[in-house]
Amino acid sequence: MTIPHPPATRVTAALARRGRWRLPEVAFWALALAALFLLPGRYLILNEIAILALFALSLDLLLGYSGIVSLGHAAFFGLGAYTAGLLARHGVAEPVVGLFAAAGAAALVGFATSFLVLRGSDLTRIMVTIGVALVLGEIANRMAWLTGGADGLQGIVMGPVLGTFEFDLWGQTAYGYSLAVLFVLFLLARRIVHSPFGLSLCAIRDNPLRAAAVGIPVGGRLVAVYTLAAAYAGVAGALLAQTTQFVSLDVLEFHRSADVLLVLIIGGTGYLYGGIIGAVLFRLVQDELANLTPQYWYFWVGLILVVLVLVGRERVVATLAAPFAGLLRRFGRPVREA
Amino acid sequence: MAPALRTIGLHKNFGGLVATADVSLTLEPGARHALIGPNGAGKTTFVNLLTGVLTPSAGRILLEGADITGESAHRRVRRGLARTFQINQLFRDLTPLETIGLAVSERQGTGRDWWRRVGTKGAVIGEIVAIAERFGLGDALEERTATLPYGKQRLLEIAIAFACRPRVLLLDEPAAGVPEAERHEILAAVAALPRDVAVLLIEHDMDLVFSFADRISVLVNGALFRDGTVEEIARDPAVRAVYLGEEADA
Ligand SMILES: Nc1ncnc2c1ncn2[C@@H]1O[C@H](COP(=O)(O)OP(=O)(O)OP(=O)(O)O)[C@@H](O)[C@H]1O
Ligand SMILES: [Mg+2]
Repeated sequence: MTIPHPPATRVTAALARRGRWRLPEVAFWALALAALFLLPGRYLILNEIAILALFALSLDLLLGYSGIVSLGHAAFFGLGAYTAGLLARHGVAEPVVGLFAAAGAAALVGFATSFLVLRGSDLTRIMVTIGVALVLGEIANRMAWLTGGADGLQGIVMGPVLGTFEFDLWGQTAYGYSLAVLFVLFLLARRIVHSPFGLSLCAIRDNPLRAAAVGIPVGGRLVAVYTLAAAYAGVAGALLAQTTQFVSLDVLEFHRSADVLLVLIIGGTGYLYGGIIGAVLFRLVQDELANLTPQYWYFWVGLILVVLVLVGRERVVATLAAPFAGLLRRFGRPVREA
Repeated sequence: MAPALRTIGLHKNFGGLVATADVSLTLEPGARHALIGPNGAGKTTFVNLLTGVLTPSAGRILLEGADITGESAHRRVRRGLARTFQINQLFRDLTPLETIGLAVSERQGTGRDWWRRVGTKGAVIGEIVAIAERFGLGDALEERTATLPYGKQRLLEIAIAFACRPRVLLLDEPAAGVPEAERHEILAAVAALPRDVAVLLIEHDMDLVFSFADRISVLVNGALFRDGTVEEIARDPAVRAVYLGEEADA
């Protein structure tokens, strides 16, 4: 006997499908965890990847889900790094406290500057976000008495994570810590993008005019997601400061904003894993190319960027990674032929 | 009882071009009101002013007696003023299911829930199903909106405006560009709108206008040229001249 599906059940099922866990996702996180025990000697790069992934995830909330393009996202990364670094330097040794403080500081500045990116075209947003990052960079440079200026912020001493896990020389704790934070914030982001709030962001991304015409407060939603993304970026910066025990002006520099955008373009926007997959590819390629021709790294970055944008990421990926296309779809990557 | 919608001396100019000229128009509760006029007369501009897409240069807008001239677009929707667009404005990458769901949950006040999963509120689901059935979108609910046939997209335009449960509904050429064979579906949906909703219909097809409306306003060069019952407008030689002139051009 077949039970007919009443429409309401069908609708509920269709909506529930959006947020369901897929097997490749579980496998991915299991692998990332396994690396914590199986890849000694690679912890430093794994830690960097986890941090970059979190940074890119934060940008995905803006670009992929809300359609806000930013070329100054390092502003919040850097702010988080300095906040965590300064706290540790002045005696607050618990890393988790530093994370919350960094998130708070970045969220505050994110909220304040969100009003600058509410209106305007992509181009205005790019210019404004670059501008905000430049201003913060210059402030950090001028306040050398606090930040160490061009010498960087030294003398950061971190206590054990949650009073238990000491940082070790090989970076195992560092990677474990960054991975754990990435995972928790990923879960939170996943929850948010599959909520009504998250869906309304996608609506704004697709068509702000119509979004307002169905009663969505476009401005308010964008302020909220910009603030959230800033907090995420702040946490990523804090992780870098805490696990490397050093902060330099480099955290606020333009190339960081450009790199993270490139990471996200490589991995793809709007399905949360793009930033993570992009971060893995980006760092591995960076390592390889840097070994081959260290001084030409930015030559390669530039070339890849031009090719990706001109030829179209979808097509490059389709060509290079045709065998993986199905796999990516199973991560929930939306198929968006025009 | 206050009129459903009223404008007082509404005016809009784009630089030197006057797109809306001192328009004072009243829409009674539950009205079936048509707004007609030649291409470029300013009909869409008028709707954009009413819904807050454009800011008027002068004049006031009252919705059920309350001044909404300075309110943001989404607040007007919450107060009960919804519209469709002459050129589809839909969420291309979302499904009709998600699109209608957005409108419904925004109206029910749960649109900003950030912790709850989409699709876990029975009240939202029930309303989505009812709206989908009403507008014949049941089979298309899970398709990507951009891939829907044009006629279905036009129906979705009306469906999501309806999902806002408006007191006043502005329909900007709902059947524009729809092939003849699919027009009746849209016209039926428009005819079946609840009687207590005041509807302002912009439309070029005079047969449709006459069968739908009980009042007609004629806009020419941004200004209100005539305003009256269907019989008055149908008999008016000046209106006929405007329209015959139009047809001679076309
Ligand atoms: N944003 C704008 N900037 C400048 N001019 C505009 C703008 N929007 C509309 N116009 C002009 O205002 C006039 C009225 O346009 P509108 O679209 O309101 O006419 P309409 O009556 O809706 O015409 P149609 O029947 O073709 O849809 C036109 O001359 C148009 O070019
Ligand atoms: Mg028009």
